[in-house]
Amino acid sequence: MADTVLTERRSRADARPRASRGTRRRRPQWVGYLPYLLPGAVAFGVVIGYPLLTNVYFSLFKWRGGMAPLRWNGLGNYVDLLGDDKFWTSFGNSLAMIVAMVLVPTLLGLVLAAVLFDYLGRRFGERVSSVLRATYYLPQILPVAVAGVLWNWILNSQTGALNVILRGIGIETPPNWLGDPSTALPSVMLVLIWVQLGYPVVIFMAALQRVDPELYEAAELDGAGWWDRFRAITVPQIRPETFVVTLTCTVAALKVFGPIYVLTRGGPESSTLVPSYYSYLNFFDKSQVGYGSAIATVLTLVIVAVALIILGLQNRAERREREGV
Amino acid sequence: MAVATDLRPAQVRATAVDSRYRRGAGRWLVLAAAVLVGLAVLAPFGIMLLNAFKSPQDYAANGPLSLPSGLYLDGVVAFWERTEFPVKLWNSVFISAVVAVLGALLSLLNAYAIGIGRVKGRLWIIALFLLANMLPQEALIYPLFTMAQSVGLSNSQWSVIIIFTVIQSAFGTYLLSSVLGTFPPALLEAAALDGASRWRILWQVVFPIVRPTLSVLMIFFFIWTWNEFFIPLVMLTSNDTQTIPIALASLQGDRMMDAPTINAGSLVSLVPAVLFFLIFQRTLTRGVTAGAVK
Repeated sequence: MADTVLTERRSRADARPRASRGTRRRRPQWVGYLPYLLPGAVAFGVVIGYPLLTNVYFSLFKWRGGMAPLRWNGLGNYVDLLGDDKFWTSFGNSLAMIVAMVLVPTLLGLVLAAVLFDYLGRRFGERVSSVLRATYYLPQILPVAVAGVLWNWILNSQTGALNVILRGIGIETPPNWLGDPSTALPSVMLVLIWVQLGYPVVIFMAALQRVDPELYEAAELDGAGWWDRFRAITVPQIRPETFVVTLTCTVAALKVFGPIYVLTRGGPESSTLVPSYYSYLNFFDKSQVGYGSAIATVLTLVIVAVALIILGLQNRAERREREGV
Repeated sequence: MAVATDLRPAQVRATAVDSRYRRGAGRWLVLAAAVLVGLAVLAPFGIMLLNAFKSPQDYAANGPLSLPSGLYLDGVVAFWERTEFPVKLWNSVFISAVVAVLGALLSLLNAYAIGIGRVKGRLWIIALFLLANMLPQEALIYPLFTMAQSVGLSNSQWSVIIIFTVIQSAFGTYLLSSVLGTFPPALLEAAALDGASRWRILWQVVFPIVRPTLSVLMIFFFIWTWNEFFIPLVMLTSNDTQTIPIALASLQGDRMMDAPTINAGSLVSLVPAVLFFLIFQRTLTRGVTAGAVK
């Protein structure tokens, strides 16, 4: 589609008797646009490309940062990572982050979006469904650090709102939500679900706008219940958006830093440690820059690999769908 | 727009069908469940509002769920003074606004070359931009930190501005390139026939047409930069340069932080974001969907 436009434009341009200078004519058109890429190319080189490579370079050294000397360590940092329990714990916790930021919000968001759009929206009017949608989306707009500070106080074992309420209804020793290794991770996951839920709801409701309503009507006339329609129409129709949500949320879950920093700082006993916080700890707390760089490099590779897998699955699903039709 | 007008009659019909066939109590149960989820989402905000203006004694005596017995403003005042809030507010506004403008400009230049110039290898360029958008900031931070030090930009807001201009424009370039890829060629040809240079075509033909998209991008960039935590935390080390989220988080370890101060602080910190969201809500919801559909 895009290419036909392109060739059309070119051929028309060629057919036109142009008073162009001889040198111009031989050069393809696009070359003239290269200067517009220059600022972007320089900026990306300086802010993304060079630092990324430098980070990999740092990961091959033992370095305490600042003016301290860099001591060559080869792949030593990576070998150390393999035997580092905290490293494995942090990536294990990434799985929990994926459950809290991708799995639960996407599934719950899918059901909520379908209920709002195709059930409540029709029975109680669009006003009701759009108010509910805005409510679910609210946590998404506040700075994640602010949400974290608020929740940190609510979950505080002594003065926090939750435990004060629990003591008020007669529970003498309510759990120390963020301070106990057995409850810290589930508590953090709940906060993240709360933060994340609105995003899929908004995206999925927008996606449902473009589904042909006659599909639903036809199904309804054939006697399909709400669940049948959800399974047979809603889910397949908005598959592209589901992939976009899964991809962006999975990448966000692997990168999560702010909520961990303000809620638990990776503790207690590393029970909520995640890779990004672990590398930050090594950079700026333990002054093990080389080791921190190695963690960051591994995290980068994991994210790129996961993203490629999801994109690959998406392509395959699209292809299968096209062949199916 | 066309979709919306198509929808209307079908929905009216559907409602008519529904009211004829379904009058059960089931729909109230579903509504109750959806409202319950909404209340669960709102609960922390409610608790925050209830306790932001409640004195510590009142909190100790009556707990978090009671209405405040009087209007207690010491929490707000304490937070305001301790964080020097006006400075933090200005820092956040300044950084986010400059990033929004510069990021949109950089996205436009990139997208002009990719979407309209159709430079060779553009798919690879876009893939690189997308990749840049996905990178964990941890993989860039230490080199960026040392680079900022070596050029005298340590603890400078400009280091944060430069970094976020690039990071945000990675997404902006991706979105805007696909928008400009469908730009009507007739307009460009007409301008070229009139002898307009590429530079003039960009500003007098392309720019006015994509201005709505650019404004959505700028709102996005503003909010995203406003909410950023990691890079400002590392790069901005002194009180006079920090942004609101960093100021709030750095108060956390403070023993003087009592319940009203925390709640008032959270409240004051999220007011600008909520105001901004309410003002630009319409543009935003359009933008969220624009980002979702490939």
